[in-house]
Amino acid sequence: MNQLLAYIPAFPLLGFILLSLFGRKLTNPVIAIIGAGTVCLAAITTIVLGVSFLQTPPQGGAWQQLLWSWFRVGTLSVDLSLRIDALTLIFIFIITFVGALIHIYSTFFMRHDADYARFFASMNLFVCSMLLLVMADNLVLLYLGWEGVGLCSYLLIGFWYDVPSNCRAANKAFLITRIGDTALLIGLFLLFKELGSLNMGTILQQAPKHFVSGGASITLITILLMVGGMGKSAQLPLQTWLPDAMAGPSPVSALIHAATMVTAGVYLIARMNGLFQLSPVTMAIVAIVGAITLFVAGCSALAQTDIKRILAYSTISQIGYMFLALGVGAWSAAIFHFFTHAFFKALLFLAAGVIIEALHHEHNIFMMGGLRKRMPEVFLTFLAGAAALSALPLVSAGFYSKDAILWYSWSAAGGNPVLWLMALAGAFITALYSTRLMLVVFWGDMRSPVHEQPDKGMIIPLIVLAFFSVTAGFIEWPHNLFHLTLFSDQVQQVLPQTVMKENEPSEWLFQGIAALVTLSGVYLGYVLYYGKSGVRWQQSPGLSATRDFLFSGWKFDQLYNYVFVKPYLFLTRINKGDVIDKLYNAIAQGSMRLNSWFSVSQNGSLRMYIVGVLAGILFIITLQLLL
Amino acid sequence: MNSAQMVLMVAAVLFALGLVGVLTRKNVIFMLISVEIMLNAAGMAFVAAGAKWQQPDGQIMFLFILAMAAAEVSVGLALVLQIYHQHKTMDVDRLRELRD
Repeated sequence: MNQLLAYIPAFPLLGFILLSLFGRKLTNPVIAIIGAGTVCLAAITTIVLGVSFLQTPPQGGAWQQLLWSWFRVGTLSVDLSLRIDALTLIFIFIITFVGALIHIYSTFFMRHDADYARFFASMNLFVCSMLLLVMADNLVLLYLGWEGVGLCSYLLIGFWYDVPSNCRAANKAFLITRIGDTALLIGLFLLFKELGSLNMGTILQQAPKHFVSGGASITLITILLMVGGMGKSAQLPLQTWLPDAMAGPSPVSALIHAATMVTAGVYLIARMNGLFQLSPVTMAIVAIVGAITLFVAGCSALAQTDIKRILAYSTISQIGYMFLALGVGAWSAAIFHFFTHAFFKALLFLAAGVIIEALHHEHNIFMMGGLRKRMPEVFLTFLAGAAALSALPLVSAGFYSKDAILWYSWSAAGGNPVLWLMALAGAFITALYSTRLMLVVFWGDMRSPVHEQPDKGMIIPLIVLAFFSVTAGFIEWPHNLFHLTLFSDQVQQVLPQTVMKENEPSEWLFQGIAALVTLSGVYLGYVLYYGKSGVRWQQSPGLSATRDFLFSGWKFDQLYNYVFVKPYLFLTRINKGDVIDKLYNAIAQGSMRLNSWFSVSQNGSLRMYIVGVLAGILFIITLQLLL
Repeated sequence: MNSAQMVLMVAAVLFALGLVGVLTRKNVIFMLISVEIMLNAAGMAFVAAGAKWQQPDGQIMFLFILAMAAAEVSVGLALVLQIYHQHKTMDVDRLRELRD
């Protein structure tokens, strides 16, 4: 079975190579078959592997395949070797399965685009890099995938590069995630210096012996790894790139900026759980960052008017939940939320893409409205996604994962009431903005005509994703309701079990509160936005300052502009002439001066030259006689 | 003062005369002739040395110098002809095209 491992990333890589070499010569149907087909093959391979993984779990809980040795330098030996355990299996399932659905959707969504082949080449390269990231068994290979997904994210955000603002968004995403990547790289160097290996198994095995729990070096390393994760996963304070990344096509937002790449940080922290557990300080920081992010981004989502930006802020907020869960030590809850979130957020983005295309590239939700009757399939699937996002009790996948996080944020060993309150406030806000989004887009008057009905091929992925958005939660029930823990049973082969506090309070109470808060969020949204009141409320002048503040994402862009960009530009203005260049310019000018002095002797007079020769001869003879 | 020393003195005087000629004359042909004088002075010194030590080498060197001088004059005169064709002058002070 483990011979199949390499095929999973190899299929998309093959697609990328074919499309980037011959893409211009192929017709659109062939490109679609190569682009979507390779990812579908990877998905089928994954499912085959997954089934046999569940039926006959491998020795030691993981399959490993050594492809070849990548490089050897001194004591460092890096192999190109892949590894699948339960955690990786969940990630590659999401990447290939949701990825395949999104690719199928894209074959229709992008059909009018001139750069059809370039789109699929980049998408395939992304899938390949992301698979390498999660399948790598050493951190160097993980870093290769990490940079690969960053590159593809850049390429796809700037896919429509003839609009300057898209290029700016792509640059912003690349530069801000690079801050995190650099921190991650330094973290890897430190880890290698301490442990002498970058193999994940070796690291996790040796770390408890080598590091003192809570010591300075392990705290530094884990903080650097965490900053790397924060950059990719758009957590405060590196979150500002994700809303702008919506400049890319909708399938890109669904695949990269909702389902897979932005959860790379979650994967990294979960994978390095042994290190993070050694540093309680870092764990607390992860939880606090997650809690603040989910609240800040949720508030921003409330004020947005662009449908994709609402979803982008909501993605930041949901990843904040995952970080919170990681930070309090609820490892499997975080991964479970990743699992359900991938389905419903990909669904929401794809449905948003359908709506945007049908309404002639209209992004503003207040220009939509009344789509319930005109696009019933989109309405129903979007409803399933929004219900999962707002975590409607019992009937949505989001409930099962988010409820677990809320519960653990209080009752797990790392949890405390403040984190729980933040998460609860976030749940309320999530329900509120999901309701707002639904009501404004699908109810009320129709403000833009429906330009064309979507293709069947775009609706089918939506239906599949909607199905999973409702049912994916049923594989893991809260302990008090129904004892079914298929998901955490698998994940806990790899990740440690959640440590609970002593004399924990009743889980029923917490579920009741969470459900009540969600429903009251939905109700408040209904009161505020149902019918005509939505537009009136949105335009009320008393709130404009707050609204602008939230609309701009808590003014983080302006803050960074003042703190980093402006001083930097100031320094560059001062140093326009380049201080260090002055030294080299002086050397060059000195040489020119010497040249002009000596070139006097080059006067073209033959007799002067003879005098020169004579003087030289006399000089040498004199020396000879004297010495 | 023996005869070898005297011949060497004559050679030195000849060499100095040639050198002064090269330095002071403006006409390229006169400069060439002065160079020939310097060559002969050197050849004379070789012959004198060969006579002093009773060796044939000095005279062999002189034969070489003769052959070389003949070749040099033929090339030199050809160059002088070309210079005259192109610049219509023999004045070395006006032939300064190689100046920086």
